[in-house]
Amino acid sequence: MQPFEYANPTTLQEALGMLGNRWGETYVLAGGTDLISLMKEYIETPKRLVNIKGIKELGGIQSTKTGLRIGSTVTVEELLDHAEVRKSFPALTEAARGISSPQIRNMGTVGGDLCQRPRCWYFRQGFGLLAMKDGKSLVPDGENRYHAILGNGGPAYFVSASSFGPALVALGAKIRLASASGHREVAASKFFVTPQNENAREIALLPNEILTEIIVPHEGTKNATYEVRQKQALDWPLAAASVALKMKGSTVSSARIVLAHVAPTPWEATEAGKALDGKAVTPESAEEAAKAALADAKPLSGNGYKVQLARVAVKRALLEAVRARG
Amino acid sequence: MPDAPNYSWPPMEKRRVLGKSTKRVDGPIKAAGRAKYSSDFTQKDLLHGALLTSPHAHARVTSIDTSGAEKLPGVTAVRVIASPGTELMWAGQEVASVAAETEEIARDATRRIKVQYEVLPHLVREDDLKKAGVRAKAAGEQVKGDPDKAFQEADAVVEGHYGIPVITHCCLESHGNVVEWKGDKLNLYPSTQNASGIGGDLSQNLKVPASNVHTNMQYIGGGFGSKFAADLWGVEAARLSKASNGRPVKLFLDRATELMMAGNRPSAYANIKVAAKKDGTITAWQSESWSTGGIGGGGSPPIPYVFDVPNQRKNHTAVSTNCGGVRAWRAPNHQQACYLTNTAFDDLAAKLNMDPLEFYDKNLGLTPRAEVYRAQMRKGAELIDWQKLWHLRGQSGSGTVKRGLGLAMSTWGGGGHNSQCRTTIHPDGTVEVELCSQDLGTGTRTVITMVAAETLGLPLGAITLRIGDSSLPPSGASGGSTTVGGVSSSTRKSTVNALAKLFDAVAPTMGSSADQLEAVDGRIQVKGDSSKSLTWKAACQKLGVNKISEMGENNQRNPGGLNSSGVGGVQLADVSVDTETGLVKIIKAVAVQDVGLVINPKTSESQIHGGCIMGICAALMEERIMDQQTGRMLNPDMEFYKIAGIGDIGEIIVHLDITPEHDKRGVVGLGEPAAIALLTAIANATANAIGVRVPEIPLTPDRVLAALERRNA
Ligand SMILES: Cc1cc2nc3c(=O)[nH]c(=O)nc-3n(C[C@H](O)[C@H](O)[C@H](O)COP(=O)(O)OP(=O)(O)OC[C@H]3O[C@@H](n4cnc5c(N)ncnc54)[C@H](O)[C@@H]3O)c2cc1C
Repeated sequence: MQPFEYANPTTLQEALGMLGNRWGETYVLAGGTDLISLMKEYIETPKRLVNIKGIKELGGIQSTKTGLRIGSTVTVEELLDHAEVRKSFPALTEAARGISSPQIRNMGTVGGDLCQRPRCWYFRQGFGLLAMKDGKSLVPDGENRYHAILGNGGPAYFVSASSFGPALVALGAKIRLASASGHREVAASKFFVTPQNENAREIALLPNEILTEIIVPHEGTKNATYEVRQKQALDWPLAAASVALKMKGSTVSSARIVLAHVAPTPWEATEAGKALDGKAVTPESAEEAAKAALADAKPLSGNGYKVQLARVAVKRALLEAVRARG
Repeated sequence: MPDAPNYSWPPMEKRRVLGKSTKRVDGPIKAAGRAKYSSDFTQKDLLHGALLTSPHAHARVTSIDTSGAEKLPGVTAVRVIASPGTELMWAGQEVASVAAETEEIARDATRRIKVQYEVLPHLVREDDLKKAGVRAKAAGEQVKGDPDKAFQEADAVVEGHYGIPVITHCCLESHGNVVEWKGDKLNLYPSTQNASGIGGDLSQNLKVPASNVHTNMQYIGGGFGSKFAADLWGVEAARLSKASNGRPVKLFLDRATELMMAGNRPSAYANIKVAAKKDGTITAWQSESWSTGGIGGGGSPPIPYVFDVPNQRKNHTAVSTNCGGVRAWRAPNHQQACYLTNTAFDDLAAKLNMDPLEFYDKNLGLTPRAEVYRAQMRKGAELIDWQKLWHLRGQSGSGTVKRGLGLAMSTWGGGGHNSQCRTTIHPDGTVEVELCSQDLGTGTRTVITMVAAETLGLPLGAITLRIGDSSLPPSGASGGSTTVGGVSSSTRKSTVNALAKLFDAVAPTMGSSADQLEAVDGRIQVKGDSSKSLTWKAACQKLGVNKISEMGENNQRNPGGLNSSGVGGVQLADVSVDTETGLVKIIKAVAVQDVGLVINPKTSESQIHGGCIMGICAALMEERIMDQQTGRMLNPDMEFYKIAGIGDIGEIIVHLDITPEHDKRGVVGLGEPAAIALLTAIANATANAIGVRVPEIPLTPDRVLAALERRNA
């Protein structure tokens, strides 16, 4: 790991003043569970880290007029344990539970989860975000069992790693970003982007910004997340889905279905959501919606199975959302 | 002349300590984190070593410039291992080494070494034999009996493809050591399965006298067959130390290097044809197998395994790949052989619509220990509720989640390695037992202490045990499941010898003769007469100023009835398979194992638990993933090199086959046999559940779903 300068500001303003305009030089450090690994592998070699865990205003979960406010340095474990989150936003609780190591949950933060880099093994071995070698991506002809089945027309084939992202998109959340020159708010659905070149990023955050908080509106949805994971312990979902349903009686008045770990961004299946309008969620309608959600999937050489897994995730998430909770 | 001492194990009914489940003596120190592993070693002037390894699977070094590393402040030594002209055969092979004040500086320094490579063509995958080209070397056909005739006359024949991939050892403590080379003396703190022998290996590599190397290792975080030699990291750490004024150098591999460099279990793939009569009698075997163990190719596993099929035709092809080399992996070649054989047999039983229990029973005459296996299968079936739960392949109901049962059988040698032990009884009553063995976490310390306590009639706490230091009497390496056999026998002999000396010393004062004395419950007494007795302490005081120090030795070739070799085992699995996701979960695993005389049932059961867990990992998730484009291993980490956690394991039931007949054979050893059969039992249970064979393990969702799709097509 290359030596770096370490700053430990206590106010947001102070921290923002330390950031620069170029990726790679100064990084925000939250729990460090992703950033430090990247530095150990020399994938990131920043000159300076700005620790934001000492900034009080970035922590805490509170109910506000506009919705539930989740500070960016709230740990995954704090979110998992939060009673109101459990009650109103089980989609988030389940996503948190899926981050299946207590150590990661205790150190890792919600903001860090949203800003973490992809786990694509070519990227992690130093072949770059788009895994280019001799002008061609290594992924389509390579080992792509964990890669994208949607939004994979290139040049990005990795899957977005965040499990909170898809849940927040389903819940219609807003993400607040601050820079030295002010604040802005981005819809969770606009926060994740597919990079078109090696120097672009997977998120809308700019290098001089800090993700300060997340607002999850109180829409009274029935929501759920379902993950298909190979291992119970320390593993990533192979495919997952988060859903949020606005109900009118026992029928759906509007549905948001968002696939996770299958595309370079959380993947909203708009048509599948519409297909549920006015229907009750039954095994049959859930199955239909699941099929619709994956209609456009284009698997690579080694990940056709993920289409099936994503379908199952959608179906089971829908059924879970409407399951009566005791 | 006195009679030759009687070393034999006390009869089963007279044992006070042996055979009683005993908590491991080093449990508290380990649980409290106070046990110091070599990777915990630290010292004020400690330096850290790091390796630069090849990023290419096949390349020639054309130039190497170390000046950037040398200039980095904190670096004390830089060594070129692969000088220009060297041909590197796999990604992860060593190129250069560095020592520095901190681990971070050492690693940074390796990146400042500028190496130019001429990249050469590589092959890193062997699963598709057709793509191996000139890298495939056929070993020549082996024929036994008349396979053609047997296949012609058979009532049932099945043909199938089966595969088991390369996996690594993935020891919790990676490979490495601390070495200090000061003047002409070397201190070696390794992570090794071979505390007595590793120093000699290092000395040979460095061309120094063996007596100049002192080795000490108290705790090791796993080896599984991959930690016998001094290895590159031993030699490099020594040379870096010498080049750094004799300061100790700590060189432990990082996980990525570990998984590429420090050995693996070879793969085995095969197209197999087996035949049987209507009644299930196996008549013929034919296999075209291939495997890789890295650049050296890979030998054939011993197939057909356990069953000596009368008619056979076998062809094996070794595929040389640009990957790190093999090392012994807990029961070398047996998992592969067990998998290839028992999957094919299971498919044959399914084709005959036979219950595998009945099918195996019919064929036990082809094994060397039919009655042992028969009893074990009966016990295993009872423990897994086979009668109630077994069904014909695929007939597992209409639900999404299917349940199935499967079994597989194993065999292993075991025995007792060469071992010498010294027991010292001091006049103050303290007892020291000393031998340079190692406790791989298996319970060796506990077992030695139990044997000494049994012989001397003392509680465990009265024994001071010293192991892991090369100044102590030597013991063999822990390989082949021979440690317990070796150390228990040498300890038995040395404690019997020491006790005889104590009896000689105190008999006159007790008005008795040495052969009339016994040691029980902390006392020396006249046999059967507790009124004529001395406490242990009082007896030892009679030694005056002279301590007793007696050796005992186990000779591997002449164990004198204390240990022997050869065991069988049956393992069974009850699994559920979600047919929508292809996820296989373990409901229950059962292991029935014969192990001769069991010194400590508790640690024996733990060993079997560990073996089963490795079987579950290998069956469901573990594989080395090689990328032909880049020549790299893509999962050299603990994220995508998947290993089970507690939630993935299910229930494990262990049955130690303790019987007077097995006990009479003495100690055998069970580290390896425990790790052989379960992965195959799981594969068979999965086939039973879903009605179709998943040909290659691990049974990941993609493979299971693909098999289901084939079944439905
Ligand atoms: C084995 C393993 C399994 C995992 N499984 C899952 C899983 O199933 N699902 C899942 O979602 N995650 C999973 N994770 C990832 C884990 O959730 C993240 O590593 C963690 O949440 C990151 O948070 P952190 O605070 O440690 O981030 P850091 O490592 O501190 O930061 C990560 C990145 O985000 C940036 N950053 C952090 N906070 C901010 C902020 N407030 N503003 C701007 N930039 C910021 C940093 O600069 C850095 O680039 C897993 C991780 C591991 C190692």
